[in-house]
Amino acid sequence: MSLVSRWVYVLLAIPFFGTLWVPLYDHVQPTLFGFPFFYWYQLAWVPVSVTLTAIVYLVQRSSAPNDLKGPA
Amino acid sequence: MNAALGIFLALFLLVTGLGFWANRWRPGDLSLLSEWGLGGRRFGSVVTWFLLGGDLYTAYTFIAVPALVFGQGALGFFALPYTIVMYPIMFLIMPKLWTVARERGYVTAADFVEQRFDCRMLGLLVAVTGILATMPYIALQLIGIQVVLGALHLEGTGVWSDAPLIIAFVILAAYTYTGGLRAPALIAVVKDALIYTTVLTAVVVIPAHLGGWAAIFAQVPAAKLTFPAPPPHSSGILSGYATLALGSALALLMYPHTVTGVLGAKSADVVRKNAVFLPAYSFVLGLLALLGYLAYAAHLNTLPQFRSGFAHYGPSYAVPALFMRFLPPWFVGVAFAAIVIGALVPAAIMSVAAANLFTRNIYKAFLHPGVSEAGETRTAKLASLFVKFGALIFVLGVPEKYAIMLQLLGGIWIIQTFPSIVVGLYTRWPHRYALIVGWLAGMIAGTAMAASTSFKSVIYPLTIAGYTVPAYAAIYAVLVNLAVIVVATWILKALRVGAGRDGTLDVQMRSI
Repeated sequence: MSLVSRWVYVLLAIPFFGTLWVPLYDHVQPTLFGFPFFYWYQLAWVPVSVTLTAIVYLVQRSSAPNDLKGPA
Repeated sequence: MNAALGIFLALFLLVTGLGFWANRWRPGDLSLLSEWGLGGRRFGSVVTWFLLGGDLYTAYTFIAVPALVFGQGALGFFALPYTIVMYPIMFLIMPKLWTVARERGYVTAADFVEQRFDCRMLGLLVAVTGILATMPYIALQLIGIQVVLGALHLEGTGVWSDAPLIIAFVILAAYTYTGGLRAPALIAVVKDALIYTTVLTAVVVIPAHLGGWAAIFAQVPAAKLTFPAPPPHSSGILSGYATLALGSALALLMYPHTVTGVLGAKSADVVRKNAVFLPAYSFVLGLLALLGYLAYAAHLNTLPQFRSGFAHYGPSYAVPALFMRFLPPWFVGVAFAAIVIGALVPAAIMSVAAANLFTRNIYKAFLHPGVSEAGETRTAKLASLFVKFGALIFVLGVPEKYAIMLQLLGGIWIIQTFPSIVVGLYTRWPHRYALIVGWLAGMIAGTAMAASTSFKSVIYPLTIAGYTVPAYAAIYAVLVNLAVIVVATWILKALRVGAGRDGTLDVQMRSI
Protein backbone atom coordinates (compact mmCIF):
# COMPACT_ATOMS: atom_id res chain seq x y z
CA MET A 1 0.00 0.00 0.00
CA SER A 2 1.51 3.33 -0.99
CA LEU A 3 1.99 6.26 1.35
CA VAL A 4 -0.84 8.22 -0.28
CA SER A 5 -3.33 5.40 0.02
CA ARG A 6 -2.47 4.95 3.68
CA TRP A 7 -2.71 8.63 4.59
CA VAL A 8 -5.95 9.15 2.72
CA TYR A 9 -7.78 7.42 5.59
CA VAL A 10 -7.15 10.52 7.69
CA LEU A 11 -9.90 12.16 5.61
CA LEU A 12 -12.42 9.91 7.35
CA ALA A 13 -11.68 11.63 10.67
CA ILE A 14 -12.61 15.10 9.43
CA PRO A 15 -16.43 14.77 9.75
CA PHE A 16 -15.98 13.85 13.42
CA PHE A 17 -14.32 17.18 14.19
CA GLY A 18 -16.72 19.09 11.97
CA THR A 19 -19.93 17.70 13.44
CA LEU A 20 -19.08 16.71 17.02
CA TRP A 21 -17.40 19.95 18.17
CA VAL A 22 -20.71 21.61 18.98
CA PRO A 23 -19.47 25.12 20.06
CA LEU A 24 -18.32 25.52 16.45
CA TYR A 25 -21.89 25.76 15.20
CA ASP A 26 -24.13 26.41 18.19
CA HIS A 27 -25.42 29.76 16.94
CA VAL A 28 -28.15 31.30 14.81
CA GLN A 29 -26.11 33.68 12.60
CA PRO A 30 -25.31 33.63 9.73
CA THR A 31 -28.58 32.31 8.38
CA LEU A 32 -28.97 30.81 4.90
CA PHE A 33 -32.34 30.74 3.08
CA GLY A 34 -33.92 31.39 6.47
CA PHE A 35 -32.15 28.43 8.10
CA PRO A 36 -30.18 29.26 11.27
CA PHE A 37 -26.47 28.37 11.08
CA PHE A 38 -26.89 25.43 13.50
CA TYR A 39 -29.15 23.66 10.96
CA TRP A 40 -27.69 24.48 7.55
CA TYR A 41 -24.13 23.91 8.78
CA GLN A 42 -24.93 20.36 9.88
CA LEU A 43 -26.94 19.64 6.73
CA ALA A 44 -23.98 20.89 4.68
CA TRP A 45 -21.79 18.24 6.30
CA VAL A 46 -23.73 15.51 4.51
CA PRO A 47 -22.34 16.28 1.02
CA VAL A 48 -18.91 17.10 2.53
CA SER A 49 -18.65 13.74 4.30
CA VAL A 50 -19.91 11.91 1.19
CA THR A 51 -17.16 13.60 -0.82
CA LEU A 52 -14.47 12.69 1.72
CA THR A 53 -15.56 9.04 1.92
CA ALA A 54 -15.79 8.89 -1.88
CA ILE A 55 -12.19 10.14 -2.22
CA VAL A 56 -10.98 7.49 0.23
CA TYR A 57 -12.97 4.86 -1.66
CA LEU A 58 -11.50 5.82 -5.04
CA VAL A 59 -7.92 6.01 -3.75
CA GLN A 60 -8.07 2.68 -1.93
CA ARG A 61 -9.70 0.99 -4.93
CA SER A 62 -7.05 2.16 -7.35
CA SER A 63 -4.24 1.08 -5.02
CA ALA A 64 -5.72 -2.21 -3.80
CA PRO A 65 -4.86 -5.56 -5.34
CA ASN A 66 -7.39 -6.77 -7.89
CA ASP A 67 -8.86 -9.48 -5.69
CA LEU A 68 -10.07 -6.81 -3.26
CA LYS A 69 -12.40 -5.30 -5.77
CA GLY A 70 -14.72 -8.28 -5.67
CA PRO A 71 -16.67 -9.65 -8.60
CA ALA A 72 -16.81 -7.05 -11.34
CA MET B 1 -60.23 10.80 4.86
CA ASN B 2 -61.59 8.08 2.55
CA ALA B 3 -59.15 8.96 -0.22
CA ALA B 4 -56.30 8.65 2.28
CA LEU B 5 -57.56 5.29 3.49
CA GLY B 6 -58.01 3.97 -0.07
CA ILE B 7 -54.49 4.92 -1.18
CA PHE B 8 -53.08 3.61 2.09
CA LEU B 9 -54.76 0.21 1.70
CA ALA B 10 -53.78 -0.05 -1.98
CA LEU B 11 -50.10 0.54 -1.16
CA PHE B 12 -50.28 -1.91 1.73
CA LEU B 13 -51.71 -4.56 -0.61
CA LEU B 14 -48.93 -3.86 -3.14
CA VAL B 15 -46.15 -4.51 -0.62
CA THR B 16 -47.97 -7.57 0.71
CA GLY B 17 -47.94 -9.00 -2.81
CA LEU B 18 -44.24 -8.17 -3.16
CA GLY B 19 -43.52 -9.78 0.20
CA PHE B 20 -45.10 -13.09 -0.75
CA TRP B 21 -43.48 -13.05 -4.20
CA ALA B 22 -40.03 -12.44 -2.67
CA ASN B 23 -39.14 -16.13 -2.20
CA ARG B 24 -39.20 -16.48 -5.99
CA TRP B 25 -36.96 -13.46 -6.54
CA ARG B 26 -33.37 -14.48 -7.38
CA PRO B 27 -34.25 -18.05 -6.41
CA GLY B 28 -31.86 -19.91 -4.16
CA ASP B 29 -31.96 -22.96 -1.93
CA LEU B 30 -34.12 -21.52 0.82
CA SER B 31 -33.34 -24.45 3.10
CA LEU B 32 -29.89 -22.88 3.72
CA LEU B 33 -29.64 -20.31 6.50
CA SER B 34 -27.42 -18.03 4.40
CA GLU B 35 -30.15 -18.03 1.74
CA TRP B 36 -33.11 -17.41 4.05
CA GLY B 37 -31.29 -15.24 6.58
CA LEU B 38 -28.87 -13.31 4.32
CA GLY B 39 -30.57 -13.46 0.92
CA GLY B 40 -27.76 -15.72 -0.30
CA ARG B 41 -25.19 -12.90 0.13
CA ARG B 42 -26.05 -11.83 -3.39
CA PHE B 43 -27.36 -8.27 -3.06
CA GLY B 44 -25.57 -5.78 -5.28
CA SER B 45 -24.87 -2.11 -4.56
CA VAL B 46 -28.33 -0.79 -5.41
CA VAL B 47 -30.40 -3.42 -3.58
CA THR B 48 -28.08 -3.15 -0.55
CA TRP B 49 -28.51 0.61 -0.59
CA PHE B 50 -32.29 0.24 -0.43
CA LEU B 51 -32.08 -2.58 2.10
CA LEU B 52 -29.74 -0.77 4.50
CA GLY B 53 -31.52 2.54 3.97
CA GLY B 54 -34.84 0.87 4.71
CA ASP B 55 -33.26 -0.87 7.68
CA LEU B 56 -31.39 1.94 9.42
CA TYR B 57 -33.88 4.75 8.93
CA THR B 58 -36.92 3.20 10.57
CA ALA B 59 -40.51 4.38 10.84
CA TYR B 60 -39.93 5.06 14.48
CA THR B 61 -37.20 7.48 13.40
CA PHE B 62 -39.66 9.26 11.11
CA ILE B 63 -42.06 9.71 14.01
CA ALA B 64 -39.68 10.13 16.94
CA VAL B 65 -37.00 12.46 15.55
CA PRO B 66 -39.46 15.22 14.48
CA ALA B 67 -41.35 14.59 17.75
CA LEU B 68 -38.15 15.26 19.69
CA VAL B 69 -37.48 18.45 17.70
CA PHE B 70 -41.12 19.48 18.21
CA GLY B 71 -40.87 18.91 21.95
CA GLN B 72 -37.27 19.81 22.80
CA GLY B 73 -35.83 21.70 19.83
CA ALA B 74 -32.16 21.53 18.83
CA LEU B 75 -31.39 18.37 20.82
CA GLY B 76 -33.55 16.33 18.44
CA PHE B 77 -31.26 17.30 15.58
CA PHE B 78 -28.56 14.97 16.97
CA ALA B 79 -29.96 12.42 14.51
CA LEU B 80 -28.09 14.27 11.76
CA PRO B 81 -24.48 14.21 13.09
CA TYR B 82 -25.29 10.68 14.30
CA THR B 83 -26.00 9.47 10.78
CA ILE B 84 -23.06 11.45 9.36
CA VAL B 85 -20.30 10.04 11.56
CA MET B 86 -21.66 6.50 11.28
CA TYR B 87 -20.52 5.99 7.69
CA PRO B 88 -16.77 6.64 7.97
CA ILE B 89 -16.76 3.99 10.71
CA MET B 90 -18.85 1.66 8.58
CA PHE B 91 -16.42 2.19 5.70
CA LEU B 92 -13.53 1.02 7.89
CA ILE B 93 -14.98 -1.92 9.81
CA MET B 94 -17.80 -3.47 7.81
CA PRO B 95 -15.82 -4.63 4.74
CA LYS B 96 -13.54 -6.52 7.14
CA LEU B 97 -16.49 -8.17 8.89
CA TRP B 98 -18.07 -9.00 5.52
CA THR B 99 -14.84 -10.59 4.26
CA VAL B 100 -14.27 -12.84 7.25
CA ALA B 101 -17.97 -13.78 7.38
CA ARG B 102 -17.99 -14.70 3.70
CA GLU B 103 -14.83 -16.80 3.90
CA ARG B 104 -15.91 -18.68 7.00
CA GLY B 105 -19.67 -18.84 6.37
CA TYR B 106 -20.62 -16.71 9.36
CA VAL B 107 -24.22 -15.51 9.47
CA THR B 108 -23.99 -13.32 12.59
CA ALA B 109 -21.42 -11.09 14.32
CA ALA B 110 -21.58 -13.49 17.27
CA ASP B 111 -20.40 -16.30 14.93
CA PHE B 112 -17.28 -14.25 14.27
CA VAL B 113 -16.65 -13.42 17.94
CA GLU B 114 -17.13 -17.04 18.99
CA GLN B 115 -14.62 -18.33 16.42
CA ARG B 116 -12.14 -15.48 16.70
CA PHE B 117 -11.78 -15.82 20.46
CA ASP B 118 -12.55 -19.56 20.65
CA CYS B 119 -15.27 -18.91 23.22
CA ARG B 120 -18.88 -20.07 22.90
CA MET B 121 -19.83 -18.11 26.00
CA LEU B 122 -18.65 -14.84 24.47
CA GLY B 123 -20.62 -15.63 21.31
CA LEU B 124 -23.66 -16.31 23.47
CA LEU B 125 -23.32 -12.98 25.28
CA VAL B 126 -23.03 -11.08 22.00
CA ALA B 127 -26.09 -12.92 20.68
CA VAL B 128 -28.19 -12.40 23.80
CA THR B 129 -27.27 -8.69 23.89
CA GLY B 130 -28.30 -8.41 20.24
CA ILE B 131 -31.65 -10.12 20.81
CA LEU B 132 -32.36 -8.08 23.98
CA ALA B 133 -31.62 -4.81 22.19
CA THR B 134 -33.60 -5.77 19.10
CA MET B 135 -36.87 -6.80 20.75
CA PRO B 136 -37.85 -3.32 22.03
CA TYR B 137 -36.69 -1.86 18.71
CA ILE B 138 -39.24 -4.05 16.91
CA ALA B 139 -41.82 -3.02 19.50
CA LEU B 140 -41.18 0.64 18.66
CA GLN B 141 -41.82 -0.03 14.99
CA LEU B 142 -45.23 -1.33 16.05
CA ILE B 143 -45.84 1.84 18.03
CA GLY B 144 -45.05 3.82 14.85
CA ILE B 145 -47.70 1.79 13.02
CA GLN B 146 -50.19 2.33 15.87
CA VAL B 147 -49.86 6.12 15.68
CA VAL B 148 -50.63 6.10 11.95
CA LEU B 149 -53.50 3.64 12.25
CA GLY B 150 -54.90 5.83 15.02
CA ALA B 151 -54.64 8.93 12.81
CA LEU B 152 -56.49 7.05 10.03
CA HIS B 153 -59.13 6.01 12.58
CA LEU B 154 -58.33 2.44 11.65
CA GLU B 155 -59.15 1.09 15.06
CA GLY B 156 -61.58 -1.65 15.91
CA THR B 157 -63.84 -1.34 18.94
CA GLY B 158 -63.70 -3.21 22.22
CA VAL B 159 -61.68 -6.42 22.06
CA TRP B 160 -61.10 -5.74 18.34
CA SER B 161 -59.39 -2.42 19.00
CA ASP B 162 -55.97 -3.72 18.01
CA ALA B 163 -57.19 -5.90 15.14
CA PRO B 164 -55.69 -3.77 12.29
CA LEU B 165 -52.26 -3.78 13.92
CA ILE B 166 -52.43 -7.52 14.50
CA ILE B 167 -53.53 -8.19 10.90
CA ALA B 168 -50.68 -6.08 9.51
CA PHE B 169 -48.21 -7.92 11.68
CA VAL B 170 -49.50 -11.42 10.92
CA ILE B 171 -49.11 -10.68 7.21
CA LEU B 172 -45.57 -9.40 7.82
CA ALA B 173 -44.71 -12.49 9.85
CA ALA B 174 -46.03 -14.76 7.10
CA TYR B 175 -44.00 -13.34 4.24
CA THR B 176 -40.85 -12.98 6.33
CA TYR B 177 -41.29 -16.66 7.19
CA THR B 178 -41.42 -17.70 3.55
CA GLY B 179 -39.05 -15.16 1.97
CA GLY B 180 -36.51 -14.37 4.71
CA LEU B 181 -34.29 -11.36 4.02
CA ARG B 182 -35.47 -11.23 0.40
CA ALA B 183 -38.89 -9.94 1.49
CA PRO B 184 -37.75 -6.72 3.21
CA ALA B 185 -35.09 -6.16 0.51
CA LEU B 186 -37.79 -6.05 -2.13
CA ILE B 187 -40.26 -4.00 -0.10
CA ALA B 188 -37.51 -1.54 0.87
CA VAL B 189 -37.48 -0.22 -2.70
CA VAL B 190 -41.15 0.78 -2.44
CA LYS B 191 -40.63 2.12 1.08
CA ASP B 192 -37.79 4.40 0.08
CA ALA B 193 -39.57 5.69 -3.02
CA LEU B 194 -42.54 6.62 -0.81
CA ILE B 195 -40.40 8.16 1.93
CA TYR B 196 -38.38 10.33 -0.46
CA THR B 197 -41.56 11.50 -2.19
CA THR B 198 -43.26 12.28 1.10
CA VAL B 199 -40.42 14.13 2.79
CA LEU B 200 -39.39 16.18 -0.24
CA THR B 201 -43.02 17.15 -0.87
CA ALA B 202 -43.60 18.01 2.77
CA VAL B 203 -40.55 20.28 3.09
CA VAL B 204 -41.55 22.19 -0.05
CA VAL B 205 -45.36 22.37 0.29
CA ILE B 206 -45.84 22.86 4.02
CA PRO B 207 -43.42 25.79 4.60
CA ALA B 208 -45.24 27.70 1.85
CA HIS B 209 -48.42 27.50 3.98
CA LEU B 210 -46.53 28.82 6.99
CA GLY B 211 -44.82 31.81 5.35
CA GLY B 212 -41.49 30.19 4.45
CA TRP B 213 -38.59 28.80 6.48
CA ALA B 214 -37.47 32.15 7.91
CA ALA B 215 -40.94 32.76 9.36
CA ILE B 216 -41.06 29.24 10.77
CA PHE B 217 -37.69 29.50 12.54
CA ALA B 218 -38.69 32.96 13.80
CA GLN B 219 -41.57 31.35 15.72
CA VAL B 220 -39.28 28.96 17.57
CA PRO B 221 -38.02 30.39 20.89
CA ALA B 222 -34.28 31.07 20.99
CA ALA B 223 -33.85 28.59 23.86
CA LYS B 224 -35.07 25.79 21.58
CA LEU B 225 -33.31 26.85 18.40
CA THR B 226 -29.75 26.48 19.72
CA PHE B 227 -28.21 25.36 23.00
CA PRO B 228 -27.73 27.73 25.94
CA ALA B 229 -24.15 28.57 26.96
CA PRO B 230 -22.93 25.89 29.40
CA PRO B 231 -23.21 26.70 33.13
CA PRO B 232 -19.92 27.26 35.04
CA HIS B 233 -17.83 24.12 35.64
CA SER B 234 -19.81 22.09 33.11
CA SER B 235 -19.79 21.39 29.41
CA GLY B 236 -23.59 21.62 29.51
CA ILE B 237 -25.80 19.97 26.94
CA LEU B 238 -23.15 20.45 24.23
CA SER B 239 -21.23 17.33 25.28
CA GLY B 240 -24.53 15.48 25.65
CA TYR B 241 -25.41 16.27 22.04
CA ALA B 242 -22.04 15.22 20.64
CA THR B 243 -21.79 11.98 22.62
CA LEU B 244 -25.39 11.10 21.82
CA ALA B 245 -24.51 11.38 18.13
CA LEU B 246 -21.27 9.40 18.41
CA GLY B 247 -22.61 6.74 20.78
CA SER B 248 -25.75 6.19 18.72
CA ALA B 249 -23.61 5.74 15.60
CA LEU B 250 -21.38 3.13 17.28
CA ALA B 251 -24.45 1.39 18.71
CA LEU B 252 -26.39 1.32 15.43
CA LEU B 253 -23.47 -0.36 13.67
CA MET B 254 -23.54 -3.14 16.26
CA TYR B 255 -27.28 -3.84 16.04
CA PRO B 256 -28.01 -7.26 14.52
CA HIS B 257 -30.23 -5.80 11.80
CA THR B 258 -27.34 -3.63 10.58
CA VAL B 259 -24.94 -6.57 10.50
CA THR B 260 -27.52 -8.72 8.69
CA GLY B 261 -28.04 -6.03 6.05
CA VAL B 262 -24.29 -5.70 5.54
CA LEU B 263 -23.63 -9.45 5.34
CA GLY B 264 -26.34 -9.77 2.67
CA ALA B 265 -24.14 -7.77 0.26
CA LYS B 266 -22.36 -9.69 -2.49
CA SER B 267 -18.90 -8.19 -1.98
CA ALA B 268 -16.82 -6.03 0.34
CA ASP B 269 -16.80 -3.45 -2.43
CA VAL B 270 -20.61 -3.24 -2.28
CA VAL B 271 -20.32 -2.51 1.43
CA ARG B 272 -17.77 0.28 0.81
CA LYS B 273 -19.85 1.86 -1.94
CA ASN B 274 -22.81 1.89 0.40
CA ALA B 275 -20.81 3.60 3.12
CA VAL B 276 -20.18 6.31 0.53
CA PHE B 277 -23.76 6.70 -0.71
CA LEU B 278 -25.99 5.88 2.28
CA PRO B 279 -25.71 9.42 3.74
CA ALA B 280 -28.22 10.49 1.08
CA TYR B 281 -30.74 9.22 3.63
CA SER B 282 -29.15 11.35 6.33
CA PHE B 283 -29.94 14.47 4.36
CA VAL B 284 -33.59 13.43 4.14
CA LEU B 285 -33.54 12.63 7.86
CA GLY B 286 -32.23 16.13 8.60
CA LEU B 287 -35.09 17.68 6.60
CA LEU B 288 -37.52 15.35 8.30
CA ALA B 289 -36.32 16.44 11.72
CA LEU B 290 -37.26 20.01 10.77
CA LEU B 291 -40.88 18.89 10.30
CA GLY B 292 -40.94 19.12 14.09
CA TYR B 293 -40.54 22.90 13.80
CA LEU B 294 -43.24 23.06 11.12
CA ALA B 295 -45.59 21.34 13.53
CA TYR B 296 -44.51 23.76 16.23
CA ALA B 297 -44.99 26.85 14.08
CA ALA B 298 -48.44 25.63 13.01
CA HIS B 299 -49.51 25.25 16.67
CA LEU B 300 -50.97 21.86 15.78
CA ASN B 301 -51.38 20.71 19.37
CA THR B 302 -53.82 23.56 20.05
CA LEU B 303 -56.12 22.78 17.09
CA PRO B 304 -59.37 21.08 18.21
CA GLN B 305 -59.27 18.32 15.57
CA PHE B 306 -55.89 17.09 16.82
CA ARG B 307 -56.40 17.52 20.55
CA SER B 308 -57.36 13.91 21.25
CA GLY B 309 -54.52 12.63 19.05
CA PHE B 310 -51.92 14.62 20.97
CA ALA B 311 -53.52 13.60 24.27
CA HIS B 312 -53.22 9.94 23.27
CA TYR B 313 -49.87 9.80 21.44
CA GLY B 314 -48.04 12.88 22.73
CA PRO B 315 -45.46 14.61 20.48
CA SER B 316 -45.38 11.44 18.30
CA TYR B 317 -48.63 12.74 16.83
CA ALA B 318 -46.90 15.86 15.44
CA VAL B 319 -45.92 14.38 12.05
CA PRO B 320 -49.25 12.64 11.28
CA ALA B 321 -51.12 15.79 12.34
CA LEU B 322 -48.86 17.96 10.16
CA PHE B 323 -49.60 15.84 7.09
CA MET B 324 -53.36 15.83 7.74
CA ARG B 325 -53.41 19.59 8.28
CA PHE B 326 -51.53 20.66 5.13
CA LEU B 327 -51.51 17.87 2.54
CA PRO B 328 -54.38 16.72 0.30
CA PRO B 329 -56.11 13.55 1.57
CA TRP B 330 -54.81 11.24 -1.19
CA PHE B 331 -51.26 12.33 -0.39
CA VAL B 332 -51.86 11.74 3.30
CA GLY B 333 -52.55 8.14 2.25
CA VAL B 334 -49.17 8.00 0.51
CA ALA B 335 -47.39 9.53 3.50
CA PHE B 336 -49.02 7.23 6.03
CA ALA B 337 -48.31 4.20 3.88
CA ALA B 338 -44.67 5.36 3.77
CA ILE B 339 -44.52 5.36 7.57
CA VAL B 340 -46.22 1.97 7.99
CA ILE B 341 -44.18 0.29 5.26
CA GLY B 342 -41.17 2.04 6.77
CA ALA B 343 -41.95 0.13 9.97
CA LEU B 344 -42.51 -3.23 8.29
CA VAL B 345 -39.12 -3.29 6.53
CA PRO B 346 -36.92 -2.87 9.62
CA ALA B 347 -39.24 -5.04 11.72
CA ALA B 348 -38.77 -7.85 9.19
CA ILE B 349 -34.98 -7.45 9.06
CA MET B 350 -34.74 -7.20 12.84
CA SER B 351 -36.72 -10.40 13.32
CA VAL B 352 -34.58 -12.21 10.72
CA ALA B 353 -31.43 -10.94 12.45
CA ALA B 354 -32.60 -11.98 15.92
CA ALA B 355 -33.64 -15.37 14.51
CA ASN B 356 -30.18 -15.86 12.97
CA LEU B 357 -28.57 -15.09 16.34
CA PHE B 358 -30.84 -17.47 18.21
CA THR B 359 -30.27 -20.27 15.71
CA ARG B 360 -26.51 -19.97 15.38
CA ASN B 361 -25.30 -18.84 18.75
CA ILE B 362 -27.85 -20.29 21.15
CA TYR B 363 -29.59 -23.26 19.47
CA LYS B 364 -26.69 -24.64 17.45
CA ALA B 365 -23.94 -23.60 19.88
CA PHE B 366 -25.55 -24.98 23.02
CA LEU B 367 -28.77 -26.92 22.44
CA HIS B 368 -28.31 -28.94 19.27
CA PRO B 369 -24.72 -28.82 17.96
CA GLY B 370 -25.31 -31.50 15.30
CA VAL B 371 -28.25 -29.72 13.66
CA SER B 372 -28.39 -30.02 9.86
CA GLU B 373 -28.38 -26.95 7.60
CA ALA B 374 -32.04 -27.48 6.81
CA GLY B 375 -32.77 -27.84 10.52
CA GLU B 376 -30.97 -24.57 11.18
CA THR B 377 -33.15 -22.78 8.66
CA ARG B 378 -36.36 -24.31 10.05
CA THR B 379 -35.35 -23.14 13.53
CA ALA B 380 -34.58 -19.63 12.30
CA LYS B 381 -37.92 -19.34 10.50
CA LEU B 382 -39.80 -20.37 13.63
CA ALA B 383 -37.66 -18.08 15.78
CA SER B 384 -38.52 -15.13 13.53
CA LEU B 385 -42.21 -15.78 14.30
CA PHE B 386 -41.54 -15.94 18.04
CA VAL B 387 -39.55 -12.72 17.98
CA LYS B 388 -42.30 -10.85 16.14
CA PHE B 389 -45.15 -12.11 18.24
CA GLY B 390 -43.13 -11.46 21.37
CA ALA B 391 -42.80 -7.83 20.30
CA LEU B 392 -46.52 -7.67 19.42
CA ILE B 393 -47.61 -9.03 22.80
CA PHE B 394 -45.22 -6.60 24.45
CA VAL B 395 -46.70 -3.60 22.67
CA LEU B 396 -50.29 -4.66 23.33
CA GLY B 397 -49.70 -5.62 26.95
CA VAL B 398 -47.19 -3.13 28.31
CA PRO B 399 -47.47 0.68 28.40
CA GLU B 400 -45.64 2.41 25.57
CA LYS B 401 -43.22 4.21 27.90
CA TYR B 402 -41.61 0.90 28.88
CA ALA B 403 -40.92 0.06 25.24
CA ILE B 404 -39.20 3.44 24.83
CA MET B 405 -37.28 2.94 28.05
CA LEU B 406 -36.09 -0.50 26.96
CA GLN B 407 -35.12 0.85 23.56
CA LEU B 408 -32.96 3.52 25.25
CA LEU B 409 -31.36 0.80 27.37
CA GLY B 410 -30.95 -1.31 24.23
CA GLY B 411 -28.58 1.27 22.75
CA ILE B 412 -26.49 1.28 25.94
CA TRP B 413 -26.42 -2.53 25.96
CA ILE B 414 -25.63 -3.19 22.30
CA ILE B 415 -22.59 -0.89 22.34
CA GLN B 416 -21.05 -3.27 24.90
CA THR B 417 -20.50 -5.75 22.05
CA PHE B 418 -18.33 -3.18 20.24
CA PRO B 419 -15.04 -4.30 21.89
CA SER B 420 -15.59 -7.98 21.05
CA ILE B 421 -16.70 -7.37 17.47
CA VAL B 422 -14.75 -4.33 16.29
CA VAL B 423 -11.59 -4.60 18.36
CA GLY B 424 -11.71 -8.30 17.49
CA LEU B 425 -11.57 -7.43 13.78
CA TYR B 426 -8.21 -5.73 14.28
CA THR B 427 -6.47 -7.59 17.09
CA ARG B 428 -6.66 -10.68 19.21
CA TRP B 429 -4.85 -8.93 22.04
CA PRO B 430 -7.86 -8.82 24.44
CA HIS B 431 -8.26 -12.05 26.38
CA ARG B 432 -11.55 -13.89 25.83
CA TYR B 433 -12.45 -13.89 29.52
CA ALA B 434 -11.46 -10.23 29.80
CA LEU B 435 -14.01 -9.47 27.06
CA ILE B 436 -16.65 -11.28 29.12
CA VAL B 437 -15.79 -9.38 32.32
CA GLY B 438 -15.63 -6.08 30.39
CA TRP B 439 -19.03 -6.76 28.84
CA LEU B 440 -20.51 -7.43 32.26
CA ALA B 441 -18.97 -4.27 33.73
CA GLY B 442 -20.26 -2.16 30.81
CA MET B 443 -23.77 -3.60 31.05
CA ILE B 444 -23.95 -2.95 34.79
CA ALA B 445 -22.40 0.53 34.59
CA GLY B 446 -24.64 1.62 31.70
CA THR B 447 -27.82 0.27 33.25
CA ALA B 448 -26.95 1.88 36.59
CA MET B 449 -26.36 5.25 34.92
CA ALA B 450 -29.73 5.06 33.17
CA ALA B 451 -31.37 3.95 36.41
CA SER B 452 -29.91 6.99 38.21
CA THR B 453 -32.15 9.17 36.00
CA SER B 454 -35.11 6.82 36.65
CA PHE B 455 -34.70 5.63 33.02
CA LYS B 456 -35.95 9.01 31.81
CA SER B 457 -32.74 10.17 30.19
CA VAL B 458 -29.67 8.53 28.71
CA ILE B 459 -27.51 11.58 29.41
CA TYR B 460 -25.43 10.98 32.52
CA PRO B 461 -23.76 13.98 34.21
CA LEU B 462 -20.36 12.68 35.28
CA THR B 463 -18.47 14.99 37.65
CA ILE B 464 -14.70 14.72 37.88
CA ALA B 465 -12.74 17.15 40.07
CA GLY B 466 -15.61 19.62 40.18
CA TYR B 467 -16.16 19.71 36.41
CA THR B 468 -19.34 18.10 35.05
CA VAL B 469 -19.49 16.47 31.64
CA PRO B 470 -23.02 15.33 30.76
CA ALA B 471 -22.66 12.58 28.16
CA TYR B 472 -24.51 9.64 26.63
CA ALA B 473 -24.34 6.80 29.17
CA ALA B 474 -23.48 4.33 26.38
CA ILE B 475 -20.17 6.13 25.83
CA TYR B 476 -19.24 6.14 29.52
CA ALA B 477 -20.31 2.51 29.87
CA VAL B 478 -18.25 1.32 26.89
CA LEU B 479 -15.24 3.19 28.30
CA VAL B 480 -15.70 1.26 31.55
CA ASN B 481 -15.95 -1.90 29.45
CA LEU B 482 -12.69 -1.14 27.59
CA ALA B 483 -10.82 -0.21 30.79
CA VAL B 484 -11.84 -3.47 32.45
CA ILE B 485 -10.79 -5.41 29.32
CA VAL B 486 -7.30 -3.89 29.43
CA VAL B 487 -6.75 -4.58 33.14
CA ALA B 488 -8.29 -8.07 33.02
CA THR B 489 -6.23 -8.99 29.94
CA TRP B 490 -3.00 -8.00 31.72
CA ILE B 491 -3.97 -10.12 34.72
CA LEU B 492 -5.12 -13.15 32.70
CA LYS B 493 -2.00 -13.06 30.53
CA ALA B 494 0.22 -12.76 33.62
CA LEU B 495 -1.56 -15.82 35.03
CA ARG B 496 -1.06 -17.58 31.67
CA VAL B 497 -4.73 -18.46 31.29
CA GLY B 498 -5.24 -20.05 27.87
CA ALA B 499 -6.45 -17.69 25.13
CA GLY B 500 -7.84 -20.43 22.87
CA ARG B 501 -7.25 -20.91 19.19
CA ASP B 502 -8.08 -18.25 16.59
CA GLY B 503 -10.68 -19.79 14.28
CA THR B 504 -10.18 -17.08 11.66
CA LEU B 505 -6.43 -17.58 11.22
CA ASP B 506 -6.58 -19.01 7.71
CA VAL B 507 -8.71 -16.12 6.49
CA GLN B 508 -6.77 -13.46 4.68
CA MET B 509 -8.13 -10.19 6.01
CA ARG B 510 -7.48 -8.67 2.65
CA SER B 511 -9.44 -5.51 3.15
CA ILE B 512 -7.17 -2.83 4.63
